[in-house]
Amino acid sequence: MLELKDIRKKLGGQEVLRGVNLRVAPAEKVVVIGRSGCGKSVMLRHIMGLLQPDGGEVFFEGKKLTGLGEEAWNPYRRKIGMLFQGAALFDSLSVFENLAFPLREEGETNEKVLRDKVAESLKIVSLAGTEQKMPAELSGGMKKRVALARAVIRRPDLMLYDEPTTGLDPVVGDSINRLILHLGKMFGMASIVVTHDMTSARMVGDRIAYLHEGKIYFQGTPEQIDRCEDPLVRDFVRGHASGMDVIG
Amino acid sequence: MQRVEVLIGKFGGFLVRSFETSGGVFLLLADTLRSLFRYRIRWDQLLEQMYFIGIRSQVVVLTTGAFTGAVFAAQVWFQFKRFGMESAIGPTVSIAMCRELGPVLACLLLAGRVGAAMAAELSSMKITEQVDALRALGVYPTEYLIVPRFLALVISAPVLTALALVTGIGVGYFVAVQIFGVDGAYYWDNTIKYTDRKDVIIALIKSFIFAIIIASISCYKGMNCPPGTAGVGKTTTEAVVNASLALLICNFFLTVLLNSVLYSN
Repeated sequence: MLELKDIRKKLGGQEVLRGVNLRVAPAEKVVVIGRSGCGKSVMLRHIMGLLQPDGGEVFFEGKKLTGLGEEAWNPYRRKIGMLFQGAALFDSLSVFENLAFPLREEGETNEKVLRDKVAESLKIVSLAGTEQKMPAELSGGMKKRVALARAVIRRPDLMLYDEPTTGLDPVVGDSINRLILHLGKMFGMASIVVTHDMTSARMVGDRIAYLHEGKIYFQGTPEQIDRCEDPLVRDFVRGHASGMDVIG
Repeated sequence: MQRVEVLIGKFGGFLVRSFETSGGVFLLLADTLRSLFRYRIRWDQLLEQMYFIGIRSQVVVLTTGAFTGAVFAAQVWFQFKRFGMESAIGPTVSIAMCRELGPVLACLLLAGRVGAAMAAELSSMKITEQVDALRALGVYPTEYLIVPRFLALVISAPVLTALALVTGIGVGYFVAVQIFGVDGAYYWDNTIKYTDRKDVIIALIKSFIFAIIIASISCYKGMNCPPGTAGVGKTTTEAVVNASLALLICNFFLTVLLNSVLYSN
């Protein structure tokens, strides 16, 4: 379904991605883990066409997307949903208008259809009845759930999650993880989850890829990554600081 | 020697950044004009922006027009009465308001009020990933965010300038006639006699071009905001300062150009 081939990217003179190779099969849930600043979010942005690689190629459903102009990306973006780290709800629009936005953009003008679809999506994320609230009135977890409802309202084939549980308390984080699993099962969509939360990674991933120094350093099932004896992977998975990382 | 090299380096860096910004502004303007004809106009967004820019700016622009006309009429009266030229106050105020004071001051205020708001709003959207969210939902940001703001400003600015002109000239008349006792009939007759239709055209053309400058620079700055909340403040300040300076510099060239074109005979 999705293939990244040797993706390279420099940002501000620093080589963030140094040849990322990744394949995602239909309905597969891949979690990309790695330390802060290792390029996980940058990689996701390449899949969505929000950044263009300096080298390498992105293939989606067999079509090469790299090199397409901004507007030529749009038909593919409609098949890919993305949950941003900060939710990225449009703060001048109500919850209803945020969710109706992608549908209106597709040409849906029937208000009853819009109301029904928005209500259905909000029910899935357990936020029924919040249509008239503004994003500023929502908590962090609620914002993420609304953003998730907006991202999946068009039933994408692939969902990208950028740090879905960052900044949330463990209980809300767990509810987001369950939601990711539930949505994947419900709509059969593939997903790529970028996180450094190992609980989340083990829970939602069919496969976990460890990104280190701009490359996929290791990938395997959650069990394989837990058993991995490579010091870099082991330290990350167990949350151990070593060498230069030890403070004091 | 080292200090000279540092200074040259800084100056070179400034030049490169200036060219980069100018190029970026022109590219954004070209993209806005292309998007204007390529996509449907979002009337709800346009009307919302016109309300904010056109209606909500009226008090500021009218106050500016009124007090500029009043001060200018008073100053002219103080000078002209020494030569017994009180009857020339009307056309002097009127022509100055039309050709320079009206469009320049009205648009400088728009740069401060509307340009700052545009830059701040767009940069906030940029740093909170809302611009990326738009792109991710398959919407072209120039079409959705910039075209309505651009159109609203280029439509509203000439109308607001016209209002500022009328107010300035009207208040100038009041100050000269009611306060300084200039003969009202002479004042009005000379104002109409010596104020040409071309003077009003100059005001409208200038405000139209100033609106393009303000919208382009403010939107460019907003869409290219550096990350972080400090970036929003910096971007907003830069948008207002750059737009105001560009407007004043452009005003000189427009004055020369429009006078040579419209008054060539």
